[in-house]
Amino acid sequence: MLELRQITKRFGDVLANDQVDIVVKPGTIHAIVGENGAGKSTAMRIAYGFYTADSGQILVDGQVRDIKSPHDAIALGIGMVHQHFMLVETMTVAENIILGAEPGTALALDLKSAAAQIRQLSEEFKLAVNPNEPVEHLSVGQQQRVELLKALYRHARLLILDEPTAVLTPLEVEEFFAILRRMREQGKTVIIITHKLSEVLAISDEVTVMRDGKVVGRVQTKDTNAAELARMMVGREVLLRVEKSDANAGRAQLEVRNLSVTANDGAKRVNGVSFEVRSGEIVGIAGVEGNGQTELMEALAGLVEPARITGEINYEGKTLNALGARIRRELGIAHIPEDRHRRGLLLDFSLAENSILGVHYRPPIAALAGNVFLDESAVQRRASEIIQAFDVRPPNAALPARALSGGNQQKLIIGREYRVDPKLLLVSQPTRGVDIGAIEFIHRQLVRLRDDGCAILLVSAELEEVTSLSDRLLVIHDGRIAGEVDPKVATLEEIGLLMTRGH
Amino acid sequence: MPKFARELLFPLIAVVAAFIVGGILILIIGDNPIEAYRLLLGSALSWPDGIGYTLFHATPLIFTGLAVLVGFRCGLFNIGAEGQLYIAAFATAWVGITFANRSAWLLVPLCFLAAILVGGLWGAIPGILKARFGSHEVINTIMLNFIALYLISYLTQYHYRVPGDPILQTSPIGEGAHIPRFGAFIPGFPERIPLNVAFLLALLCCLLVYLFLWRTKWGYEIRATGSNPTAAEYGGISVRKQIVLAMAVSGALAGMVGINEVLGYRYRYYDGFSDNYGFTGIAVALLGRNHPVGVILAALLFAVLQHGGIYVDGFSEHVTKDIVQVLQGIIILFVAAESFFKWSLGRFGFRRLRA
Repeated sequence: MLELRQITKRFGDVLANDQVDIVVKPGTIHAIVGENGAGKSTAMRIAYGFYTADSGQILVDGQVRDIKSPHDAIALGIGMVHQHFMLVETMTVAENIILGAEPGTALALDLKSAAAQIRQLSEEFKLAVNPNEPVEHLSVGQQQRVELLKALYRHARLLILDEPTAVLTPLEVEEFFAILRRMREQGKTVIIITHKLSEVLAISDEVTVMRDGKVVGRVQTKDTNAAELARMMVGREVLLRVEKSDANAGRAQLEVRNLSVTANDGAKRVNGVSFEVRSGEIVGIAGVEGNGQTELMEALAGLVEPARITGEINYEGKTLNALGARIRRELGIAHIPEDRHRRGLLLDFSLAENSILGVHYRPPIAALAGNVFLDESAVQRRASEIIQAFDVRPPNAALPARALSGGNQQKLIIGREYRVDPKLLLVSQPTRGVDIGAIEFIHRQLVRLRDDGCAILLVSAELEEVTSLSDRLLVIHDGRIAGEVDPKVATLEEIGLLMTRGH
Repeated sequence: MPKFARELLFPLIAVVAAFIVGGILILIIGDNPIEAYRLLLGSALSWPDGIGYTLFHATPLIFTGLAVLVGFRCGLFNIGAEGQLYIAAFATAWVGITFANRSAWLLVPLCFLAAILVGGLWGAIPGILKARFGSHEVINTIMLNFIALYLISYLTQYHYRVPGDPILQTSPIGEGAHIPRFGAFIPGFPERIPLNVAFLLALLCCLLVYLFLWRTKWGYEIRATGSNPTAAEYGGISVRKQIVLAMAVSGALAGMVGINEVLGYRYRYYDGFSDNYGFTGIAVALLGRNHPVGVILAALLFAVLQHGGIYVDGFSEHVTKDIVQVLQGIIILFVAAESFFKWSLGRFGFRRLRA
């Protein structure tokens, strides 16, 4: 169906694709895996006409084709769904889908027949999308299906999906995979770019592995396993399971009693939750996203107005309820937020400036004249310490945080929060969008911090992660603790049941 | 390309493009654009009158440019510099009149304080309203412009006007409140040119604003709030406090226009003195890339245009000083275009392009 031959592409000094060969057979689901920056997206954007290759050929259905723009690609039956959706939120599904390919004459837009056609496509692939719904009312998973429809409406036979599951909850991923399988049954070809190995194994027929701009492996999915793929991606042996000793838990560092958090709309997002976290242990909270984890963590970090909280948050025996985020930090609470762009980073600020967020106002960072001025050398020192200790790349403290990959941004945040030697660490989705190599590193660091006596509360949507890291595991459902399980003996089915049905 | 050169590039393109478009307009009107521009720039750069008046005109624009800049850096759009400078100028004159017999050592600092504090307070009001009630600072600063303007017009008209004076202005301030003009200490520089030490104060303020925003913890907190308020909050920064602080500092900077106007130029409050300084300050901050050095350069450019425009009016056959307005308008248009495109694309859901 699609073949890339000896594709090479440079961006300035960076060799993004180095003689890449990829063969995608018709009617298959083909996974392209690799770490961030391995060149997967570049290769696919060349196939879609976003970039032109410096050298090499693209063959579609066995014929050499000159794809100069996405327009050419669409004409050849190639569609692409980007990681970040390109939808006009105030317009309806149908309007979005026909955008750029409007049916009817110049003056009379034939929206009705388009909507009918979209409805038919939606039914054919069981997408359950209503063409007349405004996009802003749709969930992320539904928006993604609109993007799929956009490609199908343009008669795509080959769909390129760039990190399609990054934005989906585990349940949505399952539904999404079912859709992909139906597409394969209908004779469509699918290319899925990802770095999540479990998904590769679950959905694909063939895998192409890329590293540093080169293709380093081509395998049939049934002949491989996660460990082998990880080794090819990273270029060395990778531990997929976390190695840790039993917890040596001390006294209770955090005690939560009957905590409820009310949202702006009056709904109780967290509803009467009680638990404790002792120093030297990792307590995990598993649950489908949107079941109150975000609000719980923000309430503990001091980011929710006290008026919206009832119950008690006790830390080292003192109540935290009325205290703001700054005082909680001073008491030794660090926080790795789930949304690093919204909460964790000042994207336009340099790495150096980001490395002092939260401690910027006190010595040794603020010094001179009653601690008013920032001590530039102390700032730089702190930044380079964090960059070195956490292998943030590129190691240039003057770069804006925006310039880093997601994994490196995350390492910067984790490094910053570790640097304050916390007694309690609140950590949400620590490895979301992070490379396998970095995931292993982040997990080791969490365990190390635990062994140093820190109390850690971990929220993660990745069941594997939360079960392998936690010493005790709570399951949250609809704002309540649905149960506590021993992560060493509990099965995924057992946890999954608690996650979806509650008690 | 080094960073400062990159920062300069876009404003430079905007200015050059504006002059080209303006030149075409002058050609259409039936004049020689090169001749008109020679008049415009030549007159503004002559010694001592051209340079003296250009720097004098630049002074209020530096203050208001800095005022808008501080707001922008905190994510706030201070359209109220006009009202802040008016009310501060009046307060300065009031102190200068009320304590007229005091010695200069007391009176000048007192007048400075009045300009800074009253401007700062007037600026803080919309800040407090936003922090406390979430009401938008754009609306409130615009409203406060009207309140300031008419309040002091009223006070001048009915309480501080010299009886019989046909001009709407207050009685003069005490001699002790006068600050020196450049003529007083530069030999050969005529004292009739109103360029005064407030210009040096403006330059000092550029340095202070730079140090404040980029070298102190308060500046860090203001910029963090402007860059990403949710992340600032996460870092233990009180976003509400920063909003009030930034608006107060912004208002204080705008208020210092009163020092130039009242203590260095007219020695009284003259109603309606501002030539839209507060609004031009927005353009100055935009063209100056929200950086103090950029603000100086942009303020100088706008002052050159303003002063040169008068000569073009006098000597050119067809072109009037309105060409200056046209040039300013086109510059702003080009500068705004960059931000506008990013903003409008972001608004329609193309989030990726916003970065």
